Amino acid sequence: MNLIKLWHDFLAFFIPGILGYGGGPSSIPLVENEVVGHYHWMDVPEFSKVLALGNALPGPIATKMAGYIGYVVAGVPGLVVGLIASVVPSLILMIVLGNLLYRYKDSPKIKRLTVLIRPIIAVLLGVMAYSFFKDAYESAGWLQPLAIAVVSFVLLEKLKIHPAFVVVAALGYGAIFMAS
Amino acid sequence: MIFLQLFVGFLRAGLLGYGGGPSAIPLVQKEAVEKYKWMTDDEFGDMLAIANALPGPIATKMAGYIGYRKAGWLGVLVAEIATVIPTVLLMMILLLTLSSFENKPWVRGMTHAVVPVVGVMLATMTWQFFSKSQKELGWVKSMAFVAGSFLLIQVLNIHPAIVITVTLVFVLVWPVRSEKSEIVEQGRKAQ
Repeated sequence: MNLIKLWHDFLAFFIPGILGYGGGPSSIPLVENEVVGHYHWMDVPEFSKVLALGNALPGPIATKMAGYIGYVVAGVPGLVVGLIASVVPSLILMIVLGNLLYRYKDSPKIKRLTVLIRPIIAVLLGVMAYSFFKDAYESAGWLQPLAIAVVSFVLLEKLKIHPAFVVVAALGYGAIFMAS
Repeated sequence: MIFLQLFVGFLRAGLLGYGGGPSAIPLVQKEAVEKYKWMTDDEFGDMLAIANALPGPIATKMAGYIGYRKAGWLGVLVAEIATVIPTVLLMMILLLTLSSFENKPWVRGMTHAVVPVVGVMLATMTWQFFSKSQKELGWVKSMAFVAGSFLLIQVLNIHPAIVITVTLVFVLVWPVRSEKSEIVEQGRKAQ
């Protein structure tokens, strides 16, 4: 009985992990499909609450959901199985491919790959930066996000302050001045 | 020592990355390239490309790969635990004790304030990647590549994983011209 639960727990997070391209956030609809639609462990409001809290807390989204929902389904073993299912399969692929690339890093082909892949990564990062700014504008208007962006740029890039301090300062500012 | 560094580095990146794994990318770069010098900027870019081309969470793929490169499987374990466990525990404690924590005004304010900071970090990384690419390929070629991949990814909505994979296969299959001419040249010298 418990083993079947754990197996379902594994599948519910293995499938979104292996199908979700573009990082954890893109796998959220897939997780919802398994947790709400397929296994009925939660209804939509419950799932939304977990998602909302996951978004309000730091760290990867996918693992926070897998850990918590796994725990709800099957206790601590469920938590461990949920985390393993969402992390390990893609991690193994990453280590195998990454090491292959690293072993041949001095070959001219890999050097050319590094050069040609860089503009693509620049575009991906640019698109992500845009979506964060858009999100900031939609949730808090333009004035405060712009001010925060300018100040954090000066702190990070001109004064070379570690992002840890800048992020903590932003959190403090937000808690006091942007509470709404 | 390396285990402590891995733990602290990924703990910081995990605890400060608001908005899911992708927002941890600039934080991981700060730790891995600038602070601990585990890898070069180029290696980080390659890692990011593979991580983007593969399915699954980004943050855990980066943590695991860097952990493996620096300290083998134990390194993987340490980096993953630092990335994942603290925030999972935080999530569980809050969900099982406090209700509607996420609706508290000050919690929402915190999340709102940190989003533009992540935006700035990502924009800075975008610029770093672009200016490096411009130095290697020149203005015309790098602009063409940026415009081309923007067109494919944003306008035609082709998945980045496909764009990266096609580029990867193309580069690995297509012969390198300079390599060939070098071999020819060496052959001539030998004669």
